[in-house]
Amino acid sequence: MENMPEFTLHRPDTAEEAAKLKASDDSSRYLAGGTDMIVNVRRGIEAPETMIDLTAIGEITQIAVDGDGLRIGAGVKLADLCVHADIVAKYPAIAQAAASVAGPTHRSYGTIGGNLCLDTRCLFYNQSQWWRESNNFCLKHKGEVCHVAPGGKRCFAAFSGDVAPALMVYGAEVDLVGPGGERTIPLPDLYRNDGMDHLTLEKDELLVSIRLPAPPAGSLSAYEKSRIRGSIDFPLAGCAVLLTSDGGQLSELQIALTAVNPFPQMVKGTDDFVGKPLDDEALDAIRDIVRTQAKPMRTTTVRPWYRRRVVGALARKLVMRLASV
Amino acid sequence: MKSYLSLQVNGRQRDDAVSGNLLLVDYLREVVGLTGTKIGCDGGECGLCTVLIDGKAQHSCLTLAATCNGKSVETIESLGDGGRLSAIQRGFHEKLGAQCGFCTPGMVMAAEGLLRENPEPDEETIRTEMASNICRCTGYVKIIEAVQFAVEELKSKKEAA
Repeated sequence: MENMPEFTLHRPDTAEEAAKLKASDDSSRYLAGGTDMIVNVRRGIEAPETMIDLTAIGEITQIAVDGDGLRIGAGVKLADLCVHADIVAKYPAIAQAAASVAGPTHRSYGTIGGNLCLDTRCLFYNQSQWWRESNNFCLKHKGEVCHVAPGGKRCFAAFSGDVAPALMVYGAEVDLVGPGGERTIPLPDLYRNDGMDHLTLEKDELLVSIRLPAPPAGSLSAYEKSRIRGSIDFPLAGCAVLLTSDGGQLSELQIALTAVNPFPQMVKGTDDFVGKPLDDEALDAIRDIVRTQAKPMRTTTVRPWYRRRVVGALARKLVMRLASV
Repeated sequence: MKSYLSLQVNGRQRDDAVSGNLLLVDYLREVVGLTGTKIGCDGGECGLCTVLIDGKAQHSCLTLAATCNGKSVETIESLGDGGRLSAIQRGFHEKLGAQCGFCTPGMVMAAEGLLRENPEPDEETIRTEMASNICRCTGYVKIIEAVQFAVEELKSKKEAA
């Protein structure tokens, strides 16, 4: 890998100061755990002259009870998230998703905020400078042509964070701090369907915490991903399901997906299955709407058709498993 | 611009002026002179550069040295006592857990981090908790046996004491 480029490192101790420092230089980047950001810096994908390290900001490292729900600081480590008693008991999909990110060493310093703001990934993008240069770079960075879809002018790099869909099925919101002040938005609104620029964060804005409402009474939830290596890997496809069932009928169904589009997404049309018997036909129909809305492209070594099939199968399996408990 | 770094390396206090972009692995190898920590993939994929920061396993190739201010860093050189191998090191020696030996410093430090948190892990736990470390020789069987050897040795030491 390439040498580290020169940059100035700042270590602010409040989020407001971090946002101010970030605004002082156009090329600046936030740095939390660094499991992905440092890799991208070393590959020349990011070339900041200023880096703002967030690990000295104490206020964003707590998980606190917030009304009926929880407020998770963006600096909470994934390893702490997946064993937190309230998360394991009330929000199992989040604990399962956090436990499935990379390997245990990555989780010991990788943060939830970093996993939510993870850059999109692609076979033609997450490579060394030398590899990308020999391929005339790509549309997402320095190049003219998207090697995934050479005819178009869109980037299809896939969002590959595991925790976002798990948070989405519980209706999570995120708190953002920027030079212009604070705002809170629903988590799905943090993303847009554009692999080149998939975060709706305003310039210099920082994600500081995640708000979770109380889970619906009697609801069951889970997350599962498909990956090449069981030990350390990004998802080829990931699926979170939350449902409430009552005597063979669903009274609520939420499904969210990751790694099959440039953004993590809530599956639309799941309300159609509420109040109807959950038989084989309904399970097949759930699988099919998931497959229709997943649009994986050739961004991994595994073929898109497989990822589309597997994400539907994951959704069907999780719904069946949760509804039959 | 350099920043002031005050930390403990293997129990010894150090104070250095470091550049913001200096990686912990380069700090340990080039500045402190502890070359036991090796560089493998350079991207957090192989686990070779694993060290303990405040007792937790972390990749020193993805950590900026300046962010370790006020922390305690432990490397492979901290293990063993005056030439006597630590339990995990003895496990790797007795059970032939090292073949080419390249992954070994990272493996040993990952095992050290695991056993401090969970002194009696079962085989499944050892496998999942050491999943961040890759070995291309052993097929992992001998490494698991090495860690299990250390678990037994630490247990019998505790019982004797």
